Order: sequence, then C-alpha cells, then structure tokens
Amino acid sequence: MTTFKSKSEISTQTNKDSFERPDGRKIDEIRPMKAKVGIIPNADGSAMFSFGDTIAIAAVYGPRKMHPQHSQDPEKGTLRCNYNMLSFSVTDRIRPGPSRRSTEISKITEWALEPILMIDKFNSMVIDVHIHIIQANASTRCAGINAAALALAHAGIPMRDMVSSVSIGKLDKQLVVDVNKDEEDWEEGEGATDIPITLTSNGEITHIQLDGKITSKELKDAIELAKKATKQIYELQKKTLKEMKE
Amino acid sequence: METPRLTGERIRQYLEQGKRFDGRDLNEFRDLKIETGISKNAEGSVRVILGKTEVLVGIKMGVTAPYPDSPDKGNLMVTSELLPLSSERFESGPPKFPAIELGRVIDRFIRESKFIELEKLCIKEGEKVWEIFIDIYSINSDGNLMDAAGIGAIVALKHAKMPKYDEKEEKIIRGEWTDKKIPLKKEIPISVTVHKIGNSFIVDPIQEEEDISETRVTVGGHDETIHSLQKGDHKSLKIEEFHKMLDLAEETRASILDKIGKYLK
Repeated sequence: MTTFKSKSEISTQTNKDSFERPDGRKIDEIRPMKAKVGIIPNADGSAMFSFGDTIAIAAVYGPRKMHPQHSQDPEKGTLRCNYNMLSFSVTDRIRPGPSRRSTEISKITEWALEPILMIDKFNSMVIDVHIHIIQANASTRCAGINAAALALAHAGIPMRDMVSSVSIGKLDKQLVVDVNKDEEDWEEGEGATDIPITLTSNGEITHIQLDGKITSKELKDAIELAKKATKQIYELQKKTLKEMKE
Repeated sequence: METPRLTGERIRQYLEQGKRFDGRDLNEFRDLKIETGISKNAEGSVRVILGKTEVLVGIKMGVTAPYPDSPDKGNLMVTSELLPLSSERFESGPPKFPAIELGRVIDRFIRESKFIELEKLCIKEGEKVWEIFIDIYSINSDGNLMDAAGIGAIVALKHAKMPKYDEKEEKIIRGEWTDKKIPLKKEIPISVTVHKIGNSFIVDPIQEEEDISETRVTVGGHDETIHSLQKGDHKSLKIEEFHKMLDLAEETRASILDKIGKYLK
C-alpha cells in the first residue's frame, strides 16, 4: 500500500488568524491518503483509494463484448461506470441497490474518466468500472474517481493522461481542501459550499460540480487550490502504479 | 468464464484419488483471514478472506415497529449482493437467484440458531423494537461465498456495538455507540456447505469445483445440533450419502470454530 501525508505549503506564520478546521488540518491539507492496486484477483484491474476515513474500491472488467448487441457502439468503445455505497458505509443505513444519487454519480464518474481513455479502437466493446464505497466520510465520489482511474491504469487500458479528483469546500468564507463530513455539514456564516473537481495532470477539468454559494472570483481560487491538491494525488497515483510494477 | 469441461473432468479424476487441485484434503478449508472493524460507521463490520474469496459483512441497527406475530421481539433482516465488482459472472440489476438464496440461507442460519436473543431487543412491546440488518457483499468470488458469509455474519454480530438511543426523543443518535453488545447466545453456530462431486464429498470448493458440484447441503448448527439445512442443486442423494455429508459438516463445524475462536472474544 502506498500512503501519502499532505504537507501544507502555508506556513503558520503568514496565517496568524488562520481558520480552524474541525479536525485541525491546514486549509490546503488533504487527509492522509492510501492507495493500492490489484486488490481484487478476479478483475482485470482493481484499486483502493482513501482520503482519511473515506474508503473507495474499484474494479475494471473489460474491454469485453457489449451485451445486448443493440447497445454496441460500432464507432468506439463504451465506458460504463457504476458507483455504489455499501449499506453500512454511512451512519444511517442506506437501502442496498441503486438510487437517484448513485445513478447520477455513476454518470458523472464516466464523464470524469472518459476524456483520458483511448477507447476509440475498442468498437462494440464495453469497459465496466465498478466503484464501491466501503466507509464514507464525505468526498466519496472523488475517492471513487481516484480509485477508478488507478484501476483503469492497472487494467492496462490505454490512457492519454491520469485524472485526480478532490473536493474543495468553502466553509463560511474560507476555502479548504478535501472536505470531510463535519465540514460538509458546516452551518456557520455562509454555510458550506462543496465543489468536487477532477483534473487531468495537464490541468484540464474533466468534472466539476458545485453546491452552495460562491462568487466567481472565489470559484477561480478554488480551482487553483484543486490544481495544487490534485498534483499531490497524482504523485501518489503514479507512485502506487510504479510500486505495483516492481 | 464458465469452467471448461476438460477442467471439470480432471477435477473429478483427481478427486477419485482423493486429491484436489490445490493440494488440500477433501475436508480442508482454505486459509481463513478475518479483519474486523473495516467500516467505522457500521455497528459491526468484517472482511472475510477465504483463499481468494472475499466478502464484507456489515451490521446496522435501527428502531422500528415489531412484526405483528412477534410484538416483543427484535427484527432481523439479512440481505446479500453479489457485486459485479467481484466476478465477471455477476451482472448489475435486480438480485438474481444466487444472491437471494445466499441471503435467505444465512438469514435462516442466524434466525433458527437463536444466536441473537431477539426477545432482549424489545424496547416497548407492540410498538418499538430494535432491528438488525446484516448486509453481505461479495468482493472477490472464488467459490464458497456461502460459508464465508456465514462466518462473516457471526463475527460481525460478535463485534457489533449497540448504537446510542435517545429514550425521550425515541430515536437513535447516529454516529454514537454504547459499550453494549448485541445480546447473543454463548453457543456459536457455524454454517458449513458440503458438496458432492462424483463419489467424493468436499468442503470449501474453489470456483471450478463449485461449478461441477452435483449437489450441496448447507448445514447450520452448533456441536451436534442442527438448526438449519438446505440442499441445493438438482442431483439426488442416497440416504447413506446424506449421512456422510452431515458427518462431514459436523466435523468441519468444529474445525471452523477452532479457527475463528480468536475473533470471537
């Protein structure tokens, strides 16, 4: 398993009246991350990725023939993602099976990953990516996307680039990196704004969502923060894949 | 991928000489690894790794109205999902027979053993009782999900902590737990599935063995007592054969209990 502890670039000096996060992290500090590939022997590619207490696993099956036949795309391969939370991954048990939320996140995940995949040549084929959240403490879709990107690389699917995903939060007026559950439920001041962002290592955005209230200036700052954070995630992903090879 | 006929033939030939593909004895389980507390938000959770087979089992609890036929007893619900993540054989969509059977067999195994003292899970007779959800997920499917799930359910129950309950508000305080355990009987029930291939009886099949299994019997019990049993698959059994399977199940129950003992404290 490859682990990473984020180092804040912001010195405590310059940030005297610094903002206090519920778990004592610096504003640009990601929770400790862990990543591992090859966790599911049956799959063509698989990976685990975690942000602190949020743990995602992903498995890739394919490319294989798409069934039923009428779903086949003769022009290019199809990426099919399925995001799901295990019933006991959250404090309030969720009913097993798909929900409106998981259906949307599945699609968002496809959109986040597809731009980096070279699946034009896999016509009439499908690549299935199954993502499950084993333990949830916010930012589950980001952890899921990171795990899925690792699993796709592990499966040897040709890729143009890597994607890394992180959530940026705005708690009252303060931007923070990698939102946890306590922060997601922030109520003081302007409350919480949650912005999950996925970037390629080249800095292109493949996914962004936003819930809350934010100015466009702040949003631009948020993207800059995400850029720095995803760089750290990218390094961990790279390291994880290299270690697997050795 | 289905098991090719040739592989099946070879497994049968081997078994006739009392041998298995992976060198195990016919009554031998694969290496068993158990990890507890794998999901913090669950009341109890375990990962069971049996050879290459892996399952996760989690316990969640809720408060609800009792069933009319058991107004003073807690409710139990067991569900299982065979995730497409765990094998290319499994597809998304509504649960198919194997997932339903797995959930139901484990449900009866737990329920009929009376392992959970459901009568102690009554809060207010006829109105409010605890409900226990046991949810089973396959992570890597390589044969014998049934027994891995059974072991997972028992260990998860043993490790689970009761959530905090606000008596005034009459609801659970989510994310907070008491030190209290779920009321359980001392006797640990174990569920074992015995398979018949040709004239041989084996336990803990790998996927290929399970594929060519002609019939199977899942027995849940403790010591010499049997609480639940189910025969699966379409081949018939002679009475003597059935007796042999019961004996093998009983012997295996003891050896599993030995192996998992350290996780039950």
